[in-house]
Amino acid sequence: MEDDAPVIYGLEFQARALTAQTAETDAIRFLVGTQSLKFDNQIHIIDFDDENNMINKSVLLHDAGEIWHISGSPAEKAVLTTCYSKTSESRVLTCAAVWRMPPEWESGSHESPDDSSNNPQTLELLCHLDNTTHGSVACVLWEPMGDGKRVISLAENHVLLWDLQESSTKATISSSATLEGKGQLKFTAGKWSPHHNSTQLATANDTAIRGWDLRSMSQIYCIESAHGQLVRDLDFNPNKQYYLASCGDDCKVKFWDVRHINEPVKCLEEHSHCLQCHMILQKSF
Amino acid sequence: MSSATTPPDSDPTGRRRVHSMLKLYYGLNEEGTAAEQAESLDPCDINGPHFDPEVYLNKLRKECSLGELMDHESCMVKQIRSLDSDMQTLVYENYNKFISATDTIRKMKNDFKKMEDEMDCLSANMAAITEFSARISGTLQDQHAQITKLSGVHTLLRKLQFLFELPARLNKCLELQAYAQAVSAHRRARCVLQQYSHMPSFRGIQDDCHVIMEQLAQQLRQKFRDGGSSAKDLSECVELLLQLDEPAEELCDKFLSHAQSRLEADLQGLEVELKDSAVTDTDILEFIDRGCNEFVSSLCLVIASYQELFINQMANGKLHVFVDTLAARYFSLVEQRIQEEKGVGDNSLLVRALDRFHRRLQAITKLLPGSAVPSHGTEIVVRAARERIKQYLSALQTFYHDSLTDVRQALAAPRLAVGGANATPSLPELLTSLSNFILNQLKSVLASVHLFTAKDITFSNKPYFKGEFCSQGVREGLVVSFIKFICQSSRQYCESAGDRGGSTPPALLLLLSRLCLDYETSTISYILTLTDEQFLVQHHTPVTPVTALCAEAREAAQKLLNHYVKVQGLIISQMLRKSVETRDWVNTIEPRNVRAVMKRVVEDTTSIDVQVGLLYEEGVRKAHSSDSSKRTFSVYSSSRQQIRYAPSYTPSAPMDTNLLSNIHKLFSERIDIFSPVEFNKVSVLTGIIKISLKTFLECVRLRTFGRYGLQQIQVDCHYLQMYLWRFVSDENLVHFLLDEIVGSAAHRCLDPSPMEQSVIEVICERG
Repeated sequence: MEDDAPVIYGLEFQARALTAQTAETDAIRFLVGTQSLKFDNQIHIIDFDDENNMINKSVLLHDAGEIWHISGSPAEKAVLTTCYSKTSESRVLTCAAVWRMPPEWESGSHESPDDSSNNPQTLELLCHLDNTTHGSVACVLWEPMGDGKRVISLAENHVLLWDLQESSTKATISSSATLEGKGQLKFTAGKWSPHHNSTQLATANDTAIRGWDLRSMSQIYCIESAHGQLVRDLDFNPNKQYYLASCGDDCKVKFWDVRHINEPVKCLEEHSHCLQCHMILQKSF
Repeated sequence: MSSATTPPDSDPTGRRRVHSMLKLYYGLNEEGTAAEQAESLDPCDINGPHFDPEVYLNKLRKECSLGELMDHESCMVKQIRSLDSDMQTLVYENYNKFISATDTIRKMKNDFKKMEDEMDCLSANMAAITEFSARISGTLQDQHAQITKLSGVHTLLRKLQFLFELPARLNKCLELQAYAQAVSAHRRARCVLQQYSHMPSFRGIQDDCHVIMEQLAQQLRQKFRDGGSSAKDLSECVELLLQLDEPAEELCDKFLSHAQSRLEADLQGLEVELKDSAVTDTDILEFIDRGCNEFVSSLCLVIASYQELFINQMANGKLHVFVDTLAARYFSLVEQRIQEEKGVGDNSLLVRALDRFHRRLQAITKLLPGSAVPSHGTEIVVRAARERIKQYLSALQTFYHDSLTDVRQALAAPRLAVGGANATPSLPELLTSLSNFILNQLKSVLASVHLFTAKDITFSNKPYFKGEFCSQGVREGLVVSFIKFICQSSRQYCESAGDRGGSTPPALLLLLSRLCLDYETSTISYILTLTDEQFLVQHHTPVTPVTALCAEAREAAQKLLNHYVKVQGLIISQMLRKSVETRDWVNTIEPRNVRAVMKRVVEDTTSIDVQVGLLYEEGVRKAHSSDSSKRTFSVYSSSRQQIRYAPSYTPSAPMDTNLLSNIHKLFSERIDIFSPVEFNKVSVLTGIIKISLKTFLECVRLRTFGRYGLQQIQVDCHYLQMYLWRFVSDENLVHFLLDEIVGSAAHRCLDPSPMEQSVIEVICERG
């Protein structure tokens, strides 16, 4: 990889949501959701061919609104969730939904990539993660290594665990937890731990990182002031079950051992610009 | 004839002549001879030897008148007459003498004859005496031999009597406890008895003596064993027992064991005191005094008497082992006591105690050369000194923390009282007082530690105290460590407190930063020079150079200042973030005035500016932001802004907007938000404003705006532009960030129709 020239892919809209297609094991494939207030938003499916060091793309239409978060199902390649903002006359609300990609996207895109933007196919809505009572959704997390039947959505200060039934066309809340505290607490990011039989969840709100036990839906640890400023994102080490990485607006990347939350294990301060990190690639440690 | 007739009145000349004749005879030649000859050759000289009466007469006759001749003649006659009478007298005199001499000789002749007779008589007598004497000695010969024999028998008998009386005498001695006498008596008799032991009577005596001596030895042993007696008694006992041929080895062991039990009693006394010391509150000097007086002095006594008693027979090894074990226990007690000495108030007491301790151990060196005890003692002193330095270091650290707490309170108090951030005018005073406090404390500690190296302290000339103590101990262990501690604790303020909600007041960070910077510029080198002078440090081992410490202090200062910027930036950021996040930007009303939070931001920035200005210099701005800046700003706000923003507000060309802003970004300088700041006010303020505006930007990007939302942002940004440019080093930075904010807001706007620039200005002018 190092020898090859960097591969750059340009989008015509601004984008904030990026995810790997988790269920895809053969190809290196990413999903990108765009943000545009005025035009129809898209989901770009980017295939990286590491043998030829080139990219194949296809575009799907996401006309529900601008995408703030995207996440692929671990079980089914074609299923994904997005968090999108819906602008009605006087309100902006971020909703979440489960989608299925149309089956033809793959063949169509390969034939004529240029045409796909002209005539993009639309995602098929499977179900809404109905959240009108809970407010805007920050992100949706699939159960890691699960069967694609359980997702968690973080809405304002609520953690909602959904069961997807009938091939993901129906979603019901199986349990929930609420973060209580002073002021308006709002989750900004979260990750479902792949360890401990997927019973743990880590969330970020403002400068704090919290851990949750999904069996009891209760908080198990809390790293207050993990960063000097807002925590942007966090992720688990896939190989070491207690290690957690986080990045924040204070230009720092910190690594935590959740058993000893008083001090970070390591703190990187090399960045001089606000980290706009949306995904920590899981190669650390 | 003339000489013979020389009258007595002309004696000198005559005598001289005699003299000269004698001289002539003895072959002596004297100086005056020539003159005399010349004189005496004169024939007219009546007294000269060549006198010629004829010549003289003729001369007289020729020269003198008749009268004169007559006179001369009568004079001459008178002289002749007197000469004649003189001669007559002499003859008579000599004749008388001759007569008496003859008489004497005759008398002597008679006397000698008589004496000869007597001598004959004497020799006859002597012969008779010799004969008698020979006869007497012949007769007395036998008796003399007998007498000699008798006297020999007498002495023998006396000895025998002594022997026979010996048991009784020994018994008596035993009763009277005059052991020394008994032993000396027995010793005198012992070899005789041994020699004649084949004779039954002597045998009996010997046996008796043995029994008695056995008893005596028993008693002595008993006495020895009791151990109650003093060291002197004990050594006497041992001496007697040694004379009684007790096995020296055994005695030596016993002696030591007794000495040990007594010394252990001393040690136990010390131990008890050690335990009670917390209760009874005796100071360390008393304790060491007691240890010296009781234990060390008796140990010295034991050593001395042991050497007196045994040293000729026994190797020193046993004594060394004995002394070492006991001294080890003593030392452990002393060390325990020293360790209890935690208070750092008065060092002189400890130093004096250590000095006494060390001094007393020198006695052992003299008594027992080659013993390890004094060197162990020195080690203890060294350890104590090391420990002391550590204690002082921790005391200094505690003091530092305490003074920081005081400063914190001082910082908090006026704020509570007046209620404004600018109510900290005492910041420079706090800084100087803090720095003075620390320096004074350090100086007093140095003075205390200096006692260890005072000239009158015995251990101060040990190599450790001359070299390592000064360089490694005081300089490195105390001063350098303390400075490092200051730097380190300052850094800790950045690391731990910073991310944990900023529990440290920002003013304290600023103050500490200035303190560290002051240390870097002057204080460190001052302190180290002071130390080196006081302790005459000769660095045999490598020491931390001043430059390294200065670098560390500078690094700490930099970190603190960076952290200050971050904390202040965070505070303002939080305000901005809350203000952006909590508002519904889609459904907001048309802006009538600047939001309160922006005023608050400007106020806070101003107060930070004041605060930083108290401790740091102004710093340099970029050249073009001088008095023309206001004009530049107005240009910016009217024409430039329109040029820049106008395209972006047209909804038709979103691609153009992106392109334009991207191109703009390419050409503008990249902004390092959390870059390190310089040690001046402008740089600090620039850092804070950068962080705040960047956060503002990031928050804006996450929101969706309605038409009036965008306009409100425009108003707010213009307001910030009006007030913030003056704080930063490069106003373009503020322009750029605010442009970005407005641009991002426009991009996130559902209905991007910007407000008229003039309206914005009016609203902002109105406040």
